Amino acid sequence: MSMQGGLDGLDQRGGPDQRVVQVTGEVLSVKRTGAYHHLTLVAPGVAERFRPGTFISLAVGGPLSGRLLRRAFPVHRVRATGAYGGTVEVVFAAVDEGRAWLAGAPAGTPINVIGPLGRPFALPKEPVTCLLVGEGCASAPLFSLAERLRERGCIVHMVLGGATEAHLFGVLEARRATRGVTVATADGSVGTAGGVIDVLPALLTRTEADVVYAGGPTDVLHAVAAAAEAHGAWSQTAVEVDMPCGTGLCLGCVLPVVGEDGVTRLVRACAEGPVFRGDRVRWGDVGTLPADAWGASAMDQHP
Amino acid sequence: MNDVDLSTTVGDLLLPNPVMTAAGCAVSGRELDQFCDVTRLGAFVTRTVTLDPRSGWPTPRVAETPSGVLHATGLQNPGLQGFLATELPWLAQRQARTVVSIAGQTLGEYAELARRVGASPGVSAVEVNLASPNRDTKGRLFGGDAYQAGKVLAVVRRDVPRGVPVLAKLVPDCAVVDVAGAAVANGADALVLAHGFAAMALDRTTWRPTLGAGTAELSGPAVHALAVRRVWDVHAAMPEVPLVGVGGIATGYDALEMLLAGAAAVQLGSVLFRDPAAPARVLKELRAERSSRAVARLADVIGLGHHTHEPADEGEPT
Repeated sequence: MSMQGGLDGLDQRGGPDQRVVQVTGEVLSVKRTGAYHHLTLVAPGVAERFRPGTFISLAVGGPLSGRLLRRAFPVHRVRATGAYGGTVEVVFAAVDEGRAWLAGAPAGTPINVIGPLGRPFALPKEPVTCLLVGEGCASAPLFSLAERLRERGCIVHMVLGGATEAHLFGVLEARRATRGVTVATADGSVGTAGGVIDVLPALLTRTEADVVYAGGPTDVLHAVAAAAEAHGAWSQTAVEVDMPCGTGLCLGCVLPVVGEDGVTRLVRACAEGPVFRGDRVRWGDVGTLPADAWGASAMDQHP
Repeated sequence: MNDVDLSTTVGDLLLPNPVMTAAGCAVSGRELDQFCDVTRLGAFVTRTVTLDPRSGWPTPRVAETPSGVLHATGLQNPGLQGFLATELPWLAQRQARTVVSIAGQTLGEYAELARRVGASPGVSAVEVNLASPNRDTKGRLFGGDAYQAGKVLAVVRRDVPRGVPVLAKLVPDCAVVDVAGAAVANGADALVLAHGFAAMALDRTTWRPTLGAGTAELSGPAVHALAVRRVWDVHAAMPEVPLVGVGGIATGYDALEMLLAGAAAVQLGSVLFRDPAAPARVLKELRAERSSRAVARLADVIGLGHHTHEPADEGEPT
């Protein structure tokens, strides 16, 4: 695979106009898994259109809620058919009241579901070696990705990290689904003591990976993208930012990304992402307005 | 209201139904069209277009408050040229009834926007966003006082072709009846009531403003009753002026309330973030509303809340 040119060698099908459905789904189950919650929703129509890396947006709080913004979740897994019709699974931490409500929602709770949304992970056209890196529950979308990659003949290695053993998601599944799994915890309770980024450079060298796929918080993705670039590998990063609507309407989830023309724009993680080429995101400037961003010079006056 | 003809007029703008989108809340139209056919809206209102491209403010730009959506996006848009090249053609090709929202930081900018937008094919009306800081008055909003708002409407009306209606979207935190009067006196064909309310939130951890821009506007059901009051007051003062009600409409009944208060049409804003299919739902719910009062056309409903039940009694409560 060449490093020249746009998305050479990577095939990112789908996009902001890919078909999406809005359905009233239903909670099938919410199971505790370490520090996280594993939610399975009946949501007909989502599974058929799913590609790894896409996400769903859920209305939380029920009909009487005064909490109005939706919550976005990377899709862990889908099943198009089954005893309950199409299902979608997501894994999340109850970090706010809306997600806490979802974590406690009994089976049968109706939930408005929109999905699948966003751009998926770009897949290599050739059978190459891939390294999948997940921090915390942001590893959830990597398992269906691993499956697609193996179908294409790719060799898949996985790195999972978290603060403690309870913050690792999918270690057993990773052992089944990949050639090799490396685990790192900040407290050293399992695997290497440290973060995913501490084990990454040696793995990149050893596996000679051509592509790195990663999910996690901004600082982790920043480091992963830099390590990939240093080893001459592509990186595909799924960003973890708040998406108030998930559908591209509210312009609330923007981050600075450099386009093919070299110009930095504030683009929506939900519509133009959530998967970006790691070398295109200005990681250090996320949450700021870079002075050289397109249209930034017009912002000297407060609206 | 099942048998009621829901077509309505806002000035010379003829709409098949009263449900429009609110400026900025449906971006280019393509995002919303995945969930709600933009051609079936009463009208599609674009995001606000400015002369130069705007990046918008840093994140966080949107936050949740009880029953509200706090927002400060900073009018992110591709600028007039980008809008005319990339966003308007799609809306025109889809034959959506398109109302283009414009904002300037000087009267000259409003005039140029009015001239070029007004002359573009596929523009059904121009909506003047008055919640814009005036560069010549140290950033005070044009819409904050009657004199400045009147001046904006005068230049916009002068430069928009006669057949294209001009709607003025007012700022709610001001003497709104006075500003409304000035806007109409200077050529506004209809008034949109109103923008989000000046608001802010502070972060529990940092103890600093929650949003990247610092200050913000509040929308959502939390402001609905406030917006109904603006419509009510302006309709009472100027019952002949067409009004568009906007603020926290989430259900068909919320829309009906705006019509009863005096609006000829309504706009849906932050509800689209929670339910992008809301326009069709709100219209369906509006049709399902029942009353003992006999109405045949939507026009019969407009301002009806000001009148007592007996048709013979023309007295208006004040």
